[in-house]
Amino acid sequence: MTHAASPDRVQDPGRARAVLHYLRRNKSLGFGLFALLALLAFTVIGLLVIDPNDAYPLAAPTRRAPSWDYPFGTDFFGRDMMAVMVVGMWQTAFIGVVAGGIGTFLGVVLGFTSAYFGGWTDSVIRVTCQILTPIPVLLIQVVVAGSLDKRDVTIFTMALIVVMLAWMAPTLVIRAQVLTMKERQFVSVAKLSGVSDMGIIFKEIFPNLLPFVAAAFVGQIFLAVFASFYLAVLGLGPLREPLLGNIIWLAQAQGAFFNGWWWWPIAPSVGMILILGSLALINMGLDELANPRVRKSE
Amino acid sequence: MTLMLILRRTGFLFVVIWAASTITFFIPRLSSVNPVRERFAELARLGGYSPDDLEKIIESFSTQFGLDRPLWEQYVDYVWSVLRLDFGFSLNRYPVTVVELIAQSLPWTIGLLLVSTIIAFVVGNLLGAVAAWPRAPGWARNFSTPFVLFMGVPPVLMGVLLLFFVGFRLKLLPLGGAYSIGLVPEMSWAFTLDLLRHQILPALALILGSVGSWVLTMRGMGITIQGEDYVNFAEHKGLSGGRIFRDYYLRNALLPQVTGLALALGTVVTSAIIVEGLFALPGVGTVLINAIRANDFPVIYGIVLFITIVIAAIMTLMEFIYPLLDPRIKNQ
Repeated sequence: MTHAASPDRVQDPGRARAVLHYLRRNKSLGFGLFALLALLAFTVIGLLVIDPNDAYPLAAPTRRAPSWDYPFGTDFFGRDMMAVMVVGMWQTAFIGVVAGGIGTFLGVVLGFTSAYFGGWTDSVIRVTCQILTPIPVLLIQVVVAGSLDKRDVTIFTMALIVVMLAWMAPTLVIRAQVLTMKERQFVSVAKLSGVSDMGIIFKEIFPNLLPFVAAAFVGQIFLAVFASFYLAVLGLGPLREPLLGNIIWLAQAQGAFFNGWWWWPIAPSVGMILILGSLALINMGLDELANPRVRKSE
Repeated sequence: MTLMLILRRTGFLFVVIWAASTITFFIPRLSSVNPVRERFAELARLGGYSPDDLEKIIESFSTQFGLDRPLWEQYVDYVWSVLRLDFGFSLNRYPVTVVELIAQSLPWTIGLLLVSTIIAFVVGNLLGAVAAWPRAPGWARNFSTPFVLFMGVPPVLMGVLLLFFVGFRLKLLPLGGAYSIGLVPEMSWAFTLDLLRHQILPALALILGSVGSWVLTMRGMGITIQGEDYVNFAEHKGLSGGRIFRDYYLRNALLPQVTGLALALGTVVTSAIIVEGLFALPGVGTVLINAIRANDFPVIYGIVLFITIVIAAIMTLMEFIYPLLDPRIKNQ
């Protein structure tokens, strides 16, 4: 053995410590994750403590200002606003994750097909995205939601409406990434050594795409929450459900501020600001993680 | 060459209009709701009509709106009328046409949009440029940070908070409406002042919601430009800081921002519509919300198509204007 004793290994700081260390550096990711976890804790604990039926009309005395019994007050229709916040957040999260998940999945599949196989599939997908881009997505969603029978609209249909036009952004992002990755050497090497198309896609390209997919997923959740909120504020949500946007729409229709019921629109608004704010921060943080060019030097 | 370009761009504009009108034509027909029936069933519930009469009314309405003809004929007719900006009649306020409803409310929306977008654009770009300018004092460079934080807040939520703090708690500004109840619209100072007071909060909500994104993009642009040779050259020539800031730095950084303005249009318009609804201003947004509430389908589709056409047209126009602003870009 000609080898000398191997030099002392650099101590591995452990995964958890490394993550914490990174979060301290990437402040927006850290703050965003913290805020989202706090909201999640509020929702989960809330679901265990409150009765979800209190979030629907006629469950409580009407128009009570915040007090010990009703921390967020009660609304014109006799909803306990505390229960509304818990159930509304849960429904918002459901729409976000379902719509974001489907949108990202479609985006990854379409983006991959478009970039990897090229040809006429690529042209069709690209041109469709190009034509749909100048049309404000929300307005098309207004048409779709407005055409449905209002009694049929549920939380799940809301998610489907939102996702219908939400696949374009991830498609374009993934397509651009795959286009550059396809030309890299490791792909050529894999091709020359006879790896199949599927093998290259799943074993060579996809692992490298994961950060972008994660970023696209969070971005899609943000957009889905945003879009479903806007539809609900316009009065297109499932009207009986305590979605946060619905509550603001109802409060505005009943002239909450004119009548002095200030707590009614304020609670869902602050809740929505926290949800969107934390998602935006995580999104910014993931951008920094996925795109080394934006990554700050330490 | 240029003629080809104009033709191609205009062609694309028509494709977008065609796509939008196809969507608004087919989606309602895929759904199980019959707008005419829905509307008259509602009237029947309110009283007066026997079911037989109702069937007759629905039939005559369907003939009048051409709903009994073959689908492709209706479709061709529909796209053709959309291209002529004819969106039909309001079901709810028949015989008022959708275009008349839009024309009545449009000045309010345009006023709000123009003022808030211009203020947000100017303030945001100035703050962003200062934030990236190395010679600016520290306080001025950090001044824009709160606006960047507001960026994630949708303008309508900003509006609720402003209503609560400024309108409800401090009672400084009115809680909604276009002017005070009891005033008659007239050309007088008192009325104009009242009108403006009602516009401040909605405009502020829109401005606070969009200043941040201008700050961010402008700051990024400013940082890139600092490394450019012409800025170094101007500095070594001994030009004054203000001159470099204005003529070498701001002017060059501003160009891409103008494109950004066209791209942001869709978002800005949708936020304005929703903010209008919140503040009960008599603009397009309130008309849309009322139409949604009353199941007035032609008005909903008409407003959606109108906004889409306007946005697509402005974006096409921007592509023609852009080479005039930046001579380096030649349209190919």
